[in-house]
Amino acid sequence: MTNLPMKEKKRLAVFKFASCDGCQLSLLSCEDELLALADKVEIVHFLELSSHTQTGPFDLTLVEGSISTHEDEDRIREIRRQSRVLVTIGACATAGGIQSLRNWADHDEYLQRVYAHPEYIDSLATSTAISDHVTVDFELRGCPVDKVQLLEVVLAFINQRRPNIPSHSVCLDCKRRGVVCIAVTQAKPCLGPITQAGCGAICPAYHRPCYGCFGPCDQANAKAMSEHYLEVGVTPLQMIHQLRNMNSAAKLFQIESNRIESEHPTNRPAP
Amino acid sequence: MSRSRKITVNALTRVEGEGALHIRIDGNEIAEVRLCIYEPPRFFEAFLCGRSIQDVPDMTARICGICPVAYQMVSVHALEAALGIAVTPEIRQLRRLLYCGEWIESHALHIFMLNAADFFGCANGIELAKQFPERINDGLRIKKTGNSIVEILGGRAIHPVNVRVGGFHRLPSRDELTSLLQPLCGALDAAIDSAEWIAGFDFPSFEPDCEWVALHHPDEYAMNEGVIASTRFPAIDVGEYERDFAETQVAHSNALHSTRRDHPSSYLLGPLARLTLNRHRLVPDALRLANRIAPPSLMQNRFRSILARIIEVVSCLQQAILIIEEYRETKEAFMPHVAKAGFGCAATEAPRGMMYHHYEISDDGLVTKAKIVPPTSQNQRQIESDLCLYLPQLIHEPDEIIAAECEKLIRTYDPCISCSTHAVTIDRGPR
Repeated sequence: MTNLPMKEKKRLAVFKFASCDGCQLSLLSCEDELLALADKVEIVHFLELSSHTQTGPFDLTLVEGSISTHEDEDRIREIRRQSRVLVTIGACATAGGIQSLRNWADHDEYLQRVYAHPEYIDSLATSTAISDHVTVDFELRGCPVDKVQLLEVVLAFINQRRPNIPSHSVCLDCKRRGVVCIAVTQAKPCLGPITQAGCGAICPAYHRPCYGCFGPCDQANAKAMSEHYLEVGVTPLQMIHQLRNMNSAAKLFQIESNRIESEHPTNRPAP
Repeated sequence: MSRSRKITVNALTRVEGEGALHIRIDGNEIAEVRLCIYEPPRFFEAFLCGRSIQDVPDMTARICGICPVAYQMVSVHALEAALGIAVTPEIRQLRRLLYCGEWIESHALHIFMLNAADFFGCANGIELAKQFPERINDGLRIKKTGNSIVEILGGRAIHPVNVRVGGFHRLPSRDELTSLLQPLCGALDAAIDSAEWIAGFDFPSFEPDCEWVALHHPDEYAMNEGVIASTRFPAIDVGEYERDFAETQVAHSNALHSTRRDHPSSYLLGPLARLTLNRHRLVPDALRLANRIAPPSLMQNRFRSILARIIEVVSCLQQAILIIEEYRETKEAFMPHVAKAGFGCAATEAPRGMMYHHYEISDDGLVTKAKIVPPTSQNQRQIESDLCLYLPQLIHEPDEIIAAECEKLIRTYDPCISCSTHAVTIDRGPR
């Protein structure tokens, strides 16, 4: 391990918005690589890891979490201004996260349901992706992100190349893993055909349908998939709930769940 | 003339999630201490309503990336209580193993990357690694072993996918689990060495009296179940939690404060409380180690929580080895059940303290009401009260020293701020 002189190291910052901390934790879960990575970059702002905090400009900024308060709308603009490259990590930052389920609900009612004094709370009626507010250089998917992909992204940007992250569907990885296809053999709404790879097809390997935690893949035909499941006995509400999870505000999932809701009425409000 | 000072920590560091600290000192009086949790509200309790009970463990996991297993465990236990499901002994042991994995990885992260640096004037674990490369590498190895348990049993370390109401989606093969034995034995040796190292730290003196609360189980170190025990009041069943404990909203924090209903004082949860109430249920080797390096007389000191954590890591590593050695493959991955209307509650021990959930469900298996009380919102009032007692000995120090020392005290709780799902808005500077 050679220590690069400080001035040659890229300045890395990690910021958090509404989220569970799981994606920045993925960086700390690189147990075999963390100390070596810390030799390659200068970690100048990473509240969860370090009490040393410096101001920008930053060479590479990783952003976790979604925009859900007025103040955070301003904060992300300032962070963008200070960042040469801005990468969003995880479903919250790339698709509004699980908290975007509020986008379908009555926000005031939500506030009243959780807080005795909603007037103390600053919260937007929506939870949205970072790219809805500022320009983003690269989006890394996943709830949580995969740590190997995260390392690839960090190394790619400090070496000034494009990260090599696949955009094909989970199905391909599932076949590679030799898992029996749930979509074909069981009447369970597996989202593998329309979900981006990256997780390692873990859900089918653990005998359950994919619930789309990496968001939509390229060239997905969501309508064909969900109409198939509806025909084989999945209820519209089940199908809507399958699409409305941690990536519910990802465009493809959002459009498809809304379509099912309007074309296949359910007896219950969703979510 | 008395001088008024305001000390602010805009962004607490090396804690999970985002919080701030505001202190006001008038002359020699501590006028105000406010721990502000400004993590934005995420409304889990609201959007869980209307969802299938099968969706719950996947959704509650997303409350916290550091303790997703705790959220999955307590929510499936509560839903199983509502449905009247009793799991097999094999499933129960595997759940305990999964929980051991999370305690090991969460505690190791806190001990080696976040907390130990405080005892050596370092800003983080990476800086500390320059002084103690072997210790930090050992710590990362221990953490990795905990993650490996969760990965094999749960599919992945953060937000595992294998937990479901009634059990697991798929049981691990014996070979999958026994592959963990060798790394677990290595990690156990490293954890015992680390415990000796940590026992030699220079701990500031701070042991105020308070109520300690933790689950207690007659046969084992309580994790997944038990009665709610206390150092001040008789133990109660989990079903009586809401009769005795209440949450209130305060203006300065997005997290609700918990107290006993009849005694509005704070109480303390977490590894120190567990060790105080459950020491004799530690796995035998961990108990001998604890009695030698962490006698009960020393373990009121908040700063020794790091020592309590490493003892729990040792205990969990030994427990994991025992569970894996005894594991026999069975056919039943989960208990079949039919949906029915009902109410169920449960409490389990997350790494940073007891967590309580309750759910009401309809006859078609949808959630109609959810209540989630995470450990940090229960500890929040205790943290403020401890700061008030700790500050007088710092009062003559410069502001930056006071701020840094208070932050160290807060860190001993390993506060999990994202968990405090009920969130808030307060005055604060840039972060």
